[in-house]
Amino acid sequence: MTVGAGPRLARGEHGLQRAGDSPVRRVSLWQRLRRRALAVYAFLALAYLFTPIAYLTVFSFNDSGKSNIVWKGFTLDNWKNPCGAPDVCTALGNSLKIGVISTTVATVLGTMIAFALARHRFRGRTATNLLIFVPMATPEVVLGASLLTLFLNFRVPLGMGTIIVAHVMFCISFVVVAVKARIASLDPALEQAAMDLYATEVQTFRRVTLPLVAPGIAAAALLSLSLSFDDFIITFFNSGNVNTFPKFVYVSALRGIPAQAYVIGVAMFYLALLIVLVAEVLRHRRERALH
Amino acid sequence: MAGALLSDHPTGDLRLDRLVKRFGAFVAVDDVSLTVPKGSFFALLGPSGCGKTTTLRMIAGLEEPTAGSIHLGTLDITSAKPYRRPVNTVFQNYALFPHLDVFENVAFGLRRRRISRVREQVMAALDLVEMTHLARRRPAQLSGGQQQRIALARALVNQPRVLLLDEPLGALDLKLRRQMQLELKRIQVEVGITFVHVTHDQEEAMTMADTVAVMNQGRIEQFGPPTELYGAPRTTFVANFLGQSNLVPGRRVSGGGSHLIPVDCNGQTVLLPDDRCMTSADQVLVGVRPEKVHLLPAGMNPPTGHNRLVGGRVADASFTGVSTQYLVAMPWGQDLTVFAQNVGRGGPVPVGAAVTLGWEPEHTFGLEGETGTPAGRDARVTARMR
Amino acid sequence: MAFTTAARTGGPVPAPAPPSSRLPRSRTPYLLLLPGLVWLGLFFAVPVATLFSTSLQTRVPGGEIGEYTQTFRFANYLDTIGEYHVQFVRSFLYAGLATVLALLIAYPLAYYIAQRAGRWRNILLVLVVAPFYASFILRTIAWRQILGEEGPIVPVLRFLHLIPAGATVTASAVAVVAGLTYNFLPFMTLPLYASLERIDPRFIEAGGDLYANPFTTFRRVTLPLSMPGVVAGTLLTFIPAAGDYINATLLGRQPKTTMIGNVVESRFLRVVDYPTAATLSFLLMAAILVLVFGYVRRAGTEELV
Repeated sequence: MTVGAGPRLARGEHGLQRAGDSPVRRVSLWQRLRRRALAVYAFLALAYLFTPIAYLTVFSFNDSGKSNIVWKGFTLDNWKNPCGAPDVCTALGNSLKIGVISTTVATVLGTMIAFALARHRFRGRTATNLLIFVPMATPEVVLGASLLTLFLNFRVPLGMGTIIVAHVMFCISFVVVAVKARIASLDPALEQAAMDLYATEVQTFRRVTLPLVAPGIAAAALLSLSLSFDDFIITFFNSGNVNTFPKFVYVSALRGIPAQAYVIGVAMFYLALLIVLVAEVLRHRRERALH
Repeated sequence: MAGALLSDHPTGDLRLDRLVKRFGAFVAVDDVSLTVPKGSFFALLGPSGCGKTTTLRMIAGLEEPTAGSIHLGTLDITSAKPYRRPVNTVFQNYALFPHLDVFENVAFGLRRRRISRVREQVMAALDLVEMTHLARRRPAQLSGGQQQRIALARALVNQPRVLLLDEPLGALDLKLRRQMQLELKRIQVEVGITFVHVTHDQEEAMTMADTVAVMNQGRIEQFGPPTELYGAPRTTFVANFLGQSNLVPGRRVSGGGSHLIPVDCNGQTVLLPDDRCMTSADQVLVGVRPEKVHLLPAGMNPPTGHNRLVGGRVADASFTGVSTQYLVAMPWGQDLTVFAQNVGRGGPVPVGAAVTLGWEPEHTFGLEGETGTPAGRDARVTARMR
Repeated sequence: MAFTTAARTGGPVPAPAPPSSRLPRSRTPYLLLLPGLVWLGLFFAVPVATLFSTSLQTRVPGGEIGEYTQTFRFANYLDTIGEYHVQFVRSFLYAGLATVLALLIAYPLAYYIAQRAGRWRNILLVLVVAPFYASFILRTIAWRQILGEEGPIVPVLRFLHLIPAGATVTASAVAVVAGLTYNFLPFMTLPLYASLERIDPRFIEAGGDLYANPFTTFRRVTLPLSMPGVVAGTLLTFIPAAGDYINATLLGRQPKTTMIGNVVESRFLRVVDYPTAATLSFLLMAAILVLVFGYVRRAGTEELV
């Protein structure tokens, strides 16, 4: 015991000496400088991210008429009546419908796969992983083109159905990855504890596993919804005559986009921001109330 | 108590019979047979990886035995599902459900069994662990000690026949651990349930348990009341894992009294009670606990009839408050340890002093020789480091 | 397996790792996998096979426009490469440039959020992801407007004589690369953040203590520890960027900035030259998969899925 204390003491002394050295102070000065430079850099990067949002916000108030390119004066009309421009709300409605349906399907199917991968041993694991990974590593234009080839070959009429099929397909993989990560981070002792406390396999899943994986499933669904809502390329290939919001914007870009489209796009952004910020504030408050 | 251990009472005793668990080629539990009497506080003690947790998990039903059987009274529970056996567990890191509050955590087992008067029973269980005021907290808002109590209440509320505790105090700091040891003991006496407690901490096992089983490499080395295990270890592993031991290799010689065996240790003869000798071979490891040994100045003799080893030299002395720990270098190159109580008589023996060691023959034990003294000592060090 | 070695060496055996949470071999996993995998099989694997089949077709002699027949003409690939290798190289060049730029912008940002932002961390993270919620097409159009003739930037640059009088910012390769960089920035930032956040700040401090020089600390400690994020981020940026045609359409000028995505789109939807479009798609997919697997193997992070 006495022998063991020797080297430890020596190491401690060494550390003490170093702390008083002057190079340390110089490093801290440099670090302070770097910290500020880093903050400025981060701020600039965020500003860059927000530049188009700011532009869209400003021009959503433009009294533009048909083509929203040059500033013509301030108006609230676009915000008061976002459906004012022809077709914009039909497209939005389609996008929301497609988003909700394909998110639901993709979340259910993806979650099932995630549980199989995280919790079971089975033959064909590698093949399964590959079938999940490769769609994520395939550019959208290839996904869109190949699906269209299939639909053309089998003479499937393009429309809402084909869009949903396509969206579910590319969302599944992302759901699997997100949910699987959540399941993997679960402490297996929790499910064992439930079984120990008289919960059958089914009850354990319902009362313990599912509630604990739920946040991961919710996050996956949210991701899937935003991927579906924002998708343009795959949709454009497989939509036929059905208009979605991104498609509407792209197609009308040639003729001039109505300011109402800006309103809708920007409103989506502010809505998302608001929801997350409120959740964050509530979380903070709850935490502060505890301590 | 020790007598009841291997008895075959069908009452409510927990009985493990030739239990084996293999993980691939590795044998985690190797032919373990045990009987834990109903209502006793039983400790499974051993270094990490000795198979004690695996044994516990087999009793809980979380691991299926490769061979052997587990009985609870007359009930065969060997392959019963965990939720079908009247056994509950306090998990190593408590495994409290993070999405349920304290009350719902404790009520979990009752609700699954559709037992009535949940509220009363939960509150009674929380009362037992003095946690009623935290019933609506989430586990994340509790300290380690509080979580430990909730885990205990969550298991006890089901009034299991056997309560399994998997290193329940491992995550607590030393002071809290001492406090919880006493508390656990109190609760066990109060509820009268059989406790099976897995630990690597020999002090913890000895403080709480009526019976301790020492496990090593998947086997039970020895079991019995703590005093018996400490006073008369049967193997070098137990001698070194449970407290410290001086083990001097020797060889049986002829002569001696009615029940004392004379052993020649490097030219000096010491006496060993024959009922404390675990080997019939000529090679014997003579063992004595450091606190049983007296340090005498060279030339002075211990009282007649006492064992004596001469020619020692104090190599190191460290003062620990209640006692002084001496390391005595013997002429045959071995260092022996002596704990001298600080009773206030005489000053400390200086390093370098020539000394004689003396002790009563009744404190001597004999183990099978040549197995190498360090067995168990290393294991204890690794166990402590965990 | 760890058990076996430990048992053989004899010494104190490590605790059996948390015993396998009973992985039963049953039909359950197949039932769980079936619907999802059937979906992916029918709408991903089969289409890719169809795509390959289409890529070997040729025009029906004297047939209508868009009428093709299977002739297993592998020479389609040689023809296509001969005709479109420029666009191929350009796509990978633009995507590569955009990926490097995004990495340069995102790394310090993610590092700041993960290691220095303190209690602002979550808010800043939200701000990084938030622009993603305003439509991708709208954001790109906003850039076209900002950088365009009527936007605020061009007159300033002209006034400062930074660009010649007639020149523009949009309708150029620079604009396309900038657009790609911008649009996929969140895909770069998030994985970087995730891996940088996991680094214990004490490692970086210890690095500072051992190397003193902050640059060495970064190279020897921070960067290697954040490698999984760099790999994931670059892939998530490069793959969509290489196949994108929106930025090239809205911010570039044809045919000077035409990317492979533009060619696929126009061959497929306008010219109805399915075999060429299929050949190009298949080549693009194959090239990216080869790149991805090679890259992942070299970077040593196989755990992507």
